[in-house]
Amino acid sequence: MESIIEGRAYVLGKNIDTDQIIPAEHLVYSLSDPEEVKLYGKYALSGVPPAEGGLPEGDIPFVEEGRFESDYAIIVAGPNFGCGSSREHAPFALQTAGAKAIVAESYARIFYRNCVDGGFVIPYETAEQLNRTVKTGDELRIDIDRNTITNRTRMTTYELKPLGDVFDIVKAGGIFAYARQENLMA
Amino acid sequence: MAQTITQKILARAANREFVKTGESVWLNVDILLTHDVCGPPTFDIFREKFGPDAKVWNPEKVVVLPDHYIFTENEHAKRNIDLLRKFAAEQNLPNYYDVGSERYKGVCHVALAEEGYNIPGTVLFGTDSHTCTSGAFGMFGTGIGNTDAAFILGTGKLWEKVPESMKFVFNGEMPDYLTAKDLILQILGDIGTDGATYRAMEFDGQAVYSLPVEERMTLTNMAIEAGGMNGIIAADSVTEAYVRERTDKPYEVFTSDPDAVYHSVYRYDASKLEPVVAMPHSPDNRATVRSVKGTRITKSYIGSCTGGKLSDFVMAARILKGSTVAIPTSIVPATSEVDASLDTEHYDGQPIRRILQDAGCIIGPPSCAACLGGPQDTFGRSEDDDLVVSTTNRNFPGRMGSKRAGVCLASPLTAAASALTGELTDPREFMR
Repeated sequence: MESIIEGRAYVLGKNIDTDQIIPAEHLVYSLSDPEEVKLYGKYALSGVPPAEGGLPEGDIPFVEEGRFESDYAIIVAGPNFGCGSSREHAPFALQTAGAKAIVAESYARIFYRNCVDGGFVIPYETAEQLNRTVKTGDELRIDIDRNTITNRTRMTTYELKPLGDVFDIVKAGGIFAYARQENLMA
Repeated sequence: MAQTITQKILARAANREFVKTGESVWLNVDILLTHDVCGPPTFDIFREKFGPDAKVWNPEKVVVLPDHYIFTENEHAKRNIDLLRKFAAEQNLPNYYDVGSERYKGVCHVALAEEGYNIPGTVLFGTDSHTCTSGAFGMFGTGIGNTDAAFILGTGKLWEKVPESMKFVFNGEMPDYLTAKDLILQILGDIGTDGATYRAMEFDGQAVYSLPVEERMTLTNMAIEAGGMNGIIAADSVTEAYVRERTDKPYEVFTSDPDAVYHSVYRYDASKLEPVVAMPHSPDNRATVRSVKGTRITKSYIGSCTGGKLSDFVMAARILKGSTVAIPTSIVPATSEVDASLDTEHYDGQPIRRILQDAGCIIGPPSCAACLGGPQDTFGRSEDDDLVVSTTNRNFPGRMGSKRAGVCLASPLTAAASALTGELTDPREFMR
């Protein structure tokens, strides 16, 4: 697993639910057929009301019209990210669009588990309200070993909360890789 | 050491006497539930990880209930049903409820109860966030994603962090204008949509135990709306009577120790509460119906795992009998059993179906339907800038279809009263 994640920030508010991350009408596509998988990238975060996407200015789409990938690798959000349904399509859509990590104040449980056990994106928590200081488009750098995030546009560094129990699963790349490594699967 | 009911059930599933809150434990799973949206990707992961010829750990313990996108011409949605059918055949799954067959049920959380899969003391995981509904039976039920479900399919096990518990006690008597939906919306307004994240929500008190099983399911159903891992109500004689009518499997009833430790305890006097709604766009955006009286609405919707049970339609019939709705009103029975009961169950001498039809309601076939929007041709889907009063569980932006629409979450009594006036209306205005 890489130890540094770099990319531009996409900033959102609080309570970003899974219907906003991937609206229910799109849950019908295959998650294994490569052509259909691209659609999850296309529609990632398409349910966010336009004015609330790409803060602080807003009206910035996560994925531009006609494209399948996002210019933003790190999502910065407030509390309770991923609340709502259990659809694993949500972290999958974010990963498919090119997101590598999320930095939020807190997560809903199922979304958090899905990120970790599926090995899609790394769900980091911060004590800081980073979505108030980071602007969409800022260049961010996450140091996984040091548990820090640096805003290279504004030259500030913040602590990330340790991943704790789940770090071993994140490091292994998901629950299956972890279970094999620990001899939990026959 | 004292334990909550949730701890005791997880301890049993972990083959332990005691589990601590905060520790992660591996659990033996009693039932795995999946449906048409999350089943196919789960099966893909299962085959990828365990091999093309792998067999599920225990076919008896896998329950497949297609319910989300059933009555649609959407080709992708139809393909998902085909994929479920194929997997069920390959794996010889006895508990598959095929679309278009007599076995078809509808909304999985209600069907689990009707078909006798909800058994006190057991552990249920499901690829749907409202799997917490089953906690009304004194069991542990919670939602998971496809990867976790695929892991269970192959191993019969999953890790879970033992949650702290929050206790919600409703004392006093339930007035006849108050429903379980009002109780849970009351709680949501008090603790917020992340007020119970990673915790168990335990419901207790005289008012809770006065409720029939279906109403208890409305309480536990919306635990996830507060971020709860599970909602739970210990089994009593009412639960046991319901279970015994549907299964002869043995079970064990667990209750919290009197000195069990809680994260927090909330106490309410049910007799003093009044009907409430959650205004757009969050389930915790609570208001008394009185305070938003007169808000113009364009549609009323009565259905879903939360509000599409027989008891919900009986409540609606109480308000609607002899009157005519002022706005389009959709009725979606959760399951085929609920649908059939609309003909056999009576209120004030008339079948429920006739009361609803005479009032001008349109009755759709049993499924999740417009609760989560779904494909464009979904029955009851919101359009344009609709403001819908709905007995469902979520009112996030775009939830019932149109991105510009709003949803007001309410009890079936409030949804019916509001249907008659075309504006948010306290059901007490129509109670006879």
